[in-house]
Amino acid sequence: MNVFEVMGPVMVGPSSSHTLGAVKIGLTARQLLQEEVQSAEVLFHGSFLATGKGHGTDKAIIAGLLGIKPDDERISDSFRIAEERGMKFSFGGTELRHAHPNSVLLKLVGKGGRKLEVVGSSLGGGGIKIDKIDGLDANFCACYPTLIIHNVDQPGHVAEVTSMLGRYSVNIATLQLYRDKRGGRAVMVIECDQEVPEEMQDRLKKTEGILKVTYLSMEEKDEFPIIR
Amino acid sequence: MSFRSLDEILNKSEETGKAFWQIVMEDDMNERAVSSRESFEKMRLLYESMRNANAAYNKDLLSASGLVGGDGEKVSHALKEGKLLSGPYVGETIAKALKMGENNACMKRIVAAPTAGSCGVLPAVLLTYEEQKQADMDRMVEAMFVASGIGVVISIRAFLAGAAGGCQAEIGSASAMAAGALAYLQGGSGEAIAHASALTLKNLLGLVCDPVAGLVEVPCVKRNVVGAVNAIASADMAIAGVRSQIPPDEVIDAVREVGEQMPRTLRETGEGGLAATPTGREIAERVLHK
Repeated sequence: MNVFEVMGPVMVGPSSSHTLGAVKIGLTARQLLQEEVQSAEVLFHGSFLATGKGHGTDKAIIAGLLGIKPDDERISDSFRIAEERGMKFSFGGTELRHAHPNSVLLKLVGKGGRKLEVVGSSLGGGGIKIDKIDGLDANFCACYPTLIIHNVDQPGHVAEVTSMLGRYSVNIATLQLYRDKRGGRAVMVIECDQEVPEEMQDRLKKTEGILKVTYLSMEEKDEFPIIR
Repeated sequence: MSFRSLDEILNKSEETGKAFWQIVMEDDMNERAVSSRESFEKMRLLYESMRNANAAYNKDLLSASGLVGGDGEKVSHALKEGKLLSGPYVGETIAKALKMGENNACMKRIVAAPTAGSCGVLPAVLLTYEEQKQADMDRMVEAMFVASGIGVVISIRAFLAGAAGGCQAEIGSASAMAAGALAYLQGGSGEAIAHASALTLKNLLGLVCDPVAGLVEVPCVKRNVVGAVNAIASADMAIAGVRSQIPPDEVIDAVREVGEQMPRTLRETGEGGLAATPTGREIAERVLHK
């Protein structure tokens, strides 16, 4: 651990895994949806289900989905704020296979109609992992600019995407590939050292055989100004 | 961090003639490729956040379970009435430790140091010192670097999470970090800093993590008090010249060994110790199914 991993962060309590991590999962899911959340079905697994309520995990997830940051005391008021903004939400329990004890499945619908299913887990000390997106493995820490591409499992897509990244001078830190079955739906999860330009994301979206492009930016956005 | 032991920090300090805190800050500068000003400023902001969090205490708040709230105020009140044996210095430390722990349980803003559950120890010790000794702000920030360096070594040789090593890893580590910081503030040598943390860890070795209903409330909030007071006692011993007979790095290794042997029920599962008492179970039933 580094100096500022031991000391800090500034956060709203009570728990780095059950509160801070949960806000981060919500924030990441919101960014992946790339629009305001219209409705959210929140399904807790394991310890999130067992002790989440007492740790404010439910409020923390909703806060993150609204764009409230981990050190913002309005986390405890997130249900009311969600209501004010017309965001619908519900909670339930679920049994996720091979999942970390602190996991949650989020089923989101955006204001513009975008849909997204995310499984995220809180690893302790505020670290998180996005395990699945739309049912396919994703497995990234949300600590790099991350490009997630769902495509038809056919030859050429990896080369196409990686060479396009090269042309935009984006260096690849890690690359993972998964698929549901041969010739079925495949996913590339690419963690990058630089931000992926919007223009490139748009080009990818128009590419034949690419079904969905999801992008997680690391640029700080203050999406949640104080409402009075 | 490039240091795997307190000895390494002490040796480097001796070789270069730089203070313990400077060695730790330079390591951060190196790791994050930042200037000394940026590193110092970041730490100063954390210290200020601790101060603000302390000032924002609200005696009327209760945690979601209703188990925690208002205790820090009780101690402050008793202190004002002159009822406390421990006197103004330690009494104030106790009150501050409780208040920060309560802030955390009540979903207020805190600084994890090193964890959220142990967030009361360092601010209780440092803010009280600053107030009572009218210490200079820069010195307080330097003390924060001392504390961080100790925490980093513990994180590398042992652990900082209750789920990994029990409460000795959380309150124990926070206490060791605070003791080293105090020894520094009181003019102690690098050796005194290391031994202050060793004495602290020895006193809390084996402390289990047994939160009632799995919440960061009972006994966590009050254990911040023992962490803070233990830090003062250990720093005083170290300043007086008392030394741990077991070398500081070996004490940290003992924390790891004890933590590894600790049964799962006593590592933040809420299944053993106080959590498993009849009352603990009853509370869990009430809180989690309400």
